[in-house]
Amino acid sequence: MTDDTRHLSRRGLLAAATLAAPAALAGGSLAMAQGAPKPMTLLNVSYDPTRELYKEINAAYAKFWKDRTGQALTIQQSHGGSGKQARSVIDGLQADVVTLALAYDIDEIARKAKLLPANWQSRLPQNSTPYTSTIVLLVRKGNPWKIRDWGDLVKPGIEVITPNPKTSGGARWNYLAAWAWALKQPGGNPAKAEAFVKELFQHVPVLDTGARGSTTTFAQRGLGDVLLAWENEAYLSNEEFGPKFDIVYPSLSILAEPPVALVDKVVDRKKTRTIAEGYLNFLYSPLAQDLIGKHHYRPRNAQAAAKYAGKFRNIPLVTIDDTFGGWTRAQKTHFADGGVFDRIIRR
Amino acid sequence: MTLANVRAGRRRQAGVLPGFRLSMAITLTWLSVIVLIPLAALAIRPWELGLDGVWRTLTDERVVAAFRLSFGAAAVAAAADAVLGLIVAWAIVRYRFPGRRLLDALVDLPFALPTAVAGIALTAIYAPDGPLGALLAHVGVKTAYSPLGVVIALTFIGLPFVVRAVQPVLEEVDREVEEAARTLGASDYQRIVRVVLPAILPAILAGVGLAFARAVGEYGSVIFIAGNLPMVSEIAPLLIVIKLEQYNYAGAAAVGLGMLVISFAILLVLNLLQTWLTRRSRG
Repeated sequence: MTDDTRHLSRRGLLAAATLAAPAALAGGSLAMAQGAPKPMTLLNVSYDPTRELYKEINAAYAKFWKDRTGQALTIQQSHGGSGKQARSVIDGLQADVVTLALAYDIDEIARKAKLLPANWQSRLPQNSTPYTSTIVLLVRKGNPWKIRDWGDLVKPGIEVITPNPKTSGGARWNYLAAWAWALKQPGGNPAKAEAFVKELFQHVPVLDTGARGSTTTFAQRGLGDVLLAWENEAYLSNEEFGPKFDIVYPSLSILAEPPVALVDKVVDRKKTRTIAEGYLNFLYSPLAQDLIGKHHYRPRNAQAAAKYAGKFRNIPLVTIDDTFGGWTRAQKTHFADGGVFDRIIRR
Repeated sequence: MTLANVRAGRRRQAGVLPGFRLSMAITLTWLSVIVLIPLAALAIRPWELGLDGVWRTLTDERVVAAFRLSFGAAAVAAAADAVLGLIVAWAIVRYRFPGRRLLDALVDLPFALPTAVAGIALTAIYAPDGPLGALLAHVGVKTAYSPLGVVIALTFIGLPFVVRAVQPVLEEVDREVEEAARTLGASDYQRIVRVVLPAILPAILAGVGLAFARAVGEYGSVIFIAGNLPMVSEIAPLLIVIKLEQYNYAGAAAVGLGMLVISFAILLVLNLLQTWLTRRSRG
């Protein structure tokens, strides 16, 4: 409780929890009178582009839980740049589960705040990633600049929109995908990859702090010729803003694995372990996997994958472990203070 | 608002509020809790890095560029506000026209508007496809997503400070003194420069100081319009946020402390200048 007041006084961010508290209290006394199980509240702290996905999954899980146990369940969701979200959890945001853009951010929660064990990623199937995604190029309708691959992005006059890799998980995947492409070109090596990514960032006129911000800049403000985007965000842009864009699949991209994890210390304190574990397992269920495919993420489940196979182009995807030696190393080499990214943005 | 009033007040008896000890105790406690303790925490944190680490953080090329932008844009914006604010205050005080009260109320809007809303609105207008941005882009001026965009946002949020500082003083400037000057043969120019301006200059400086201080620390509105390119349009407060998101708390505190020291020095100079001006105009 002291923890709670501390973080409430420090940040107004968790309005959700403050709103939920009186509701839970009122609901609790009512439920007790009737003898029904007490209503529960879960908080899922997630990254930027998953708003729509978790809205549907949360409703589905709440219904599933209610049907099975008779207990009413409210799932709060919080979204923002992955790094910022992880920091909020470290600073005391009471997340039952975290569903972030990359494993490194959850590693940091385990390392800095020790809220979950270091081996968290082996606790759920498939590296704790119930779905995968990749990075694609979103261009304006008709592809006026004839952009086909990463190499085309550094042609004179092309403007590229991507968020800041320092603050956005998606941007780190963008950066690494570009790096991997350059590395895998004939005669490619780290020096050439660095030169390519440096040139690429000279074509970036705006660095937003999160993926959603970049999508807005590109789609709504009309800035730039290419948006480096999550595959799901690219599909979503066409749904949201009308078919104003074409999705270009490059010759090679990266397998993005956004992981999910239980925050042990929080669920033990809030006594929500069973329900939160159930929630994470539910993400692997056929029902949730179908919703995942519907929201343009690549499902793990074979049936759902087959159903949405037509949508996702099969292109070679490198992984963070094969090409970059895992997140901890990639983070240290590329994105830490004094890393490669700091080097290439000096002009 | 003005030092002149404060000074006059001090010479008088203690006033209607009794109890020097009680009011002083409340003042000190309040200041400690709200201002001094958080600032002390900020002053302590960076030294985890060691003197060398703090120096290296503050002299980092990117941090220096961000400082230059934050303080430079804030200075330009405060200067623009000084001119614009004076004109607005002049119009409201000296002229009677329909809608004057409305205009008067309108001035305070930048105070009330959430800065993020201001930022998004300004960006929508000044972006290359926005109404004003398209026009300016046509003549080759890039506003949104450039340092100029930062200045625009900072000018917007700073304007009320100058207007509200100048307005009451301008109201008290004796019109008869101006008329006396005219009967003594002073030209329009002389009347403004030698009679009106000296009286309101301390107030302008006070407003500029406030607008500048506010602009240096501004985050919400700038972040949408700046473009946030490292070395070009990245403001110092964003750099602090970025460092926090890299879990570099000490580094963030170091940049914060750097801003604090520079701001304090500038505000101190402005204050001394203001005091000197006030004394001179009364002497």
